[in-house]
Amino acid sequence: MIQFEKFTLANGLRVIVHQDLSTPMAVMNIMYDVGARDEDPNRTGFAHLFEHLMFGGSVNIPSYDEPLQMAGGENNAYTTNDLTNYYIQLPAENLETAFWLESDRMLSLAFGEKSLETQRKVVCEEFKEHYLTKPYGDVWHKMRELAYTKHPYRWMTIGKELSHIENAQLEDVKAFFFKHYRPVNAVLVVAGNVTVEKVKALTEKWFGDIPSGERYNRNLPQEPVQTEARRLEIKANVPLDAFYKCWHMPGRLDRRYYVIDLLTDILSGGGSSRLYQSLVKEKKLFSNIECHHFGSTDAGLVVVEGKLVKGVKIEEAEKAVEAELDKMKNELVSEAELQKVKNKTESMIAFEDMSVMNRANSLAYYEILGDAAWMNYELPKYATVTTEDILQESRTIFRAENSNTIHYLSNN
Amino acid sequence: MPDRKQAPAIVDAVNFKLNLKPYQHFVLDNGVEVYAVDAGAEEVMLTEWVFFAGNSQEEQNLVAATTNFLLRNGTTKRTAFQINEHFEYYGAYLNRSCYNETATITLHCLTKHIDELLPVVKELITESTMPSEELAIYQQNMKQRLKVSLKKSDFVAGRLIDAYLYGEKHPYGKYSSAEEFDALQRDQLLSFYNQYYLQGKLIMFVAGKLPVNIDKKLNRFFGDLPNKPVEVKHPALYPATEKKVRITNDTAGVQGSIRIARPFPNRHHPDFLKVQVLNALFGGFFGSRLMSNIREDKGYTYGIHSYLQNHIQHSAWMVSTEAGKDVCEAAIAEVYKEMKELREELVEEDELLLVRNYMMGSILGDLDGPFQIIARWKNIILNDLTEQYFYDSINTIKTISAEELRSLAQKYLQPEDFYELVVV
Repeated sequence: MIQFEKFTLANGLRVIVHQDLSTPMAVMNIMYDVGARDEDPNRTGFAHLFEHLMFGGSVNIPSYDEPLQMAGGENNAYTTNDLTNYYIQLPAENLETAFWLESDRMLSLAFGEKSLETQRKVVCEEFKEHYLTKPYGDVWHKMRELAYTKHPYRWMTIGKELSHIENAQLEDVKAFFFKHYRPVNAVLVVAGNVTVEKVKALTEKWFGDIPSGERYNRNLPQEPVQTEARRLEIKANVPLDAFYKCWHMPGRLDRRYYVIDLLTDILSGGGSSRLYQSLVKEKKLFSNIECHHFGSTDAGLVVVEGKLVKGVKIEEAEKAVEAELDKMKNELVSEAELQKVKNKTESMIAFEDMSVMNRANSLAYYEILGDAAWMNYELPKYATVTTEDILQESRTIFRAENSNTIHYLSNN
Repeated sequence: MPDRKQAPAIVDAVNFKLNLKPYQHFVLDNGVEVYAVDAGAEEVMLTEWVFFAGNSQEEQNLVAATTNFLLRNGTTKRTAFQINEHFEYYGAYLNRSCYNETATITLHCLTKHIDELLPVVKELITESTMPSEELAIYQQNMKQRLKVSLKKSDFVAGRLIDAYLYGEKHPYGKYSSAEEFDALQRDQLLSFYNQYYLQGKLIMFVAGKLPVNIDKKLNRFFGDLPNKPVEVKHPALYPATEKKVRITNDTAGVQGSIRIARPFPNRHHPDFLKVQVLNALFGGFFGSRLMSNIREDKGYTYGIHSYLQNHIQHSAWMVSTEAGKDVCEAAIAEVYKEMKELREELVEEDELLLVRNYMMGSILGDLDGPFQIIARWKNIILNDLTEQYFYDSINTIKTISAEELRSLAQKYLQPEDFYELVVV
């Protein structure tokens, strides 16, 4: 059970304090309720580019990193399709430095041309490093475009194409900032060796006078129900044939999410999981195979992906995957098998919660989803899942007309 | 309204007193030494078995790594599937890793399950069978994985630079090939297993929320292993003579993997700790000279780092980055420019204080939690150092002078000592 206290400033900033006196450190985590899904389809990659610009100096503080390093702190940030998160860890004595830095960049960035110019290049190199130079590096661009026709999950966080980043202008950056990076769209978590009184005082002092901003009302085009199977074949200069298949699943707040999370663990997620045992070890059709899901806030995808053993026909490999999924649709999994994945979930949560940083991050995430307290109710939700639920959910998800398949073939 | 131009007062991290929480030490009946750190709030624990079964001990490439990998793939009592099912049923993570001198089995589990898991780990150490079929699957899948990795310039560059530094025959420099995977024989694995695990020398580390009688539990299962001494080998180095290499791995590649590296002595050398500070200043963190110049000013790369390699016998000082194909040479020129600056100019007091504070804060943050504390101890113990090493490193961070840093740069940051590799 993670203890915390929550309050809201007059400008709408939600603040959560989680005390842990066993550490000499403090953590500040600020999550902004904006991700790649909130981008204009003609300016994709913006939320992520913006994350880079957040380190280019703010209105009163020319350098973000230096004062933080001087205070013995470290920081980083990440952007997903759903949200953008910034976090700092520093010695608890120097907590106020984190307040000073984060509040100033929430107040306003410096918006320097030089910073934009450099970070455009940096992000382009990141794009190349992760998506262009790696074999199979473009597959998730293609899969998202195949599986989503309307919803903005059809592009990746890094952006649809390099040109969107290269053409980013300072006006776009400013508009994005004042729309999304406002107190009313953010959650601040302070954790570690801190007291609620001190955090309240510091929050009022540093964040209290930042204009509230307008609440961003998300109104995204929803993905229509898919009614027939979609397939794509790619030939590329890769050494092995690879198989990718995705099915639509409900969003994070649906109860079915928990069923699917366990279901994917039964299929893959360990040496005793079904797909690995059957297709890698027994039938030797794949050299590796995985099943996971996006974990996204809006309706996401369940994924099966694997590389084929050289010489195996991709049709044969796909049939064998389908045969395993048919078993899930036709027979109840055993109670022991379900218990196994529930135990794994329990232990995973315990290990995650070891670090103050992770706890702070989770509190912010659940608050953005709806309520920080939900963090403590995850295990009971998993506990209610039955073998019958797994059977029903397999039948609902693993239908051909709900599927998107990519055969990624080696042309050499 | 707060004065936003004015930074809040800070306590300089150099003023912190850092302590490495001591371990408890006990010895099993057979002389196996166990180091334990009992700490943490969550009901979880880590148990690690360290054998002197690294790739320095093998006669033929890949034997050590393959033996280590197959430990989990079959015993006289259980199939690979049954072993995995057992650990996974209890939500435990059983990993194994092979390094140069040592090879490990690592168990992460909820403390309440430890009694169900220790006997099966014992079985892996005493009754593994290395089944032929498991070996065949491993060979096939590893060859396929290698094929994919060889398409990646960073992977190719990483292998080659180590081979240049240490020699292709040296444990730190050798790398895998499809032919060597094919050459693996089950008999070799069994014989390596017998000598270096079943009979081999073992050291153990445990950390987390430990059960009260952890010493008795470990002794019950691991106190009767032979634990024979193992002589760690010290193979000779065969560094390459050619220092500057350019390789095209993928004609359509848009980025080059740059590695610039020089040999460096190990942790027992008096300069090692001092150079850690110089390295931080040079390219060891986000605020370093290399990162500020080559990423934040020029935008040539998503990231550039320098570090001392984590080896026991010999180390190397490495600069590593992926940069746009057309700016690789410009990026390399900037790296040498930064070396020159460090050789010729004294670092300003402000910048040095920043590096000191950053390093202290980073160690403070890193000592957070039992797993991190035991990792520090493990590093000290396996490198044959003492607790003093930790306090020396803190002291070095606090007191090293700008003059010392400059003379270290003059000694070690000489371009002609560096290998320079670009793989596109």
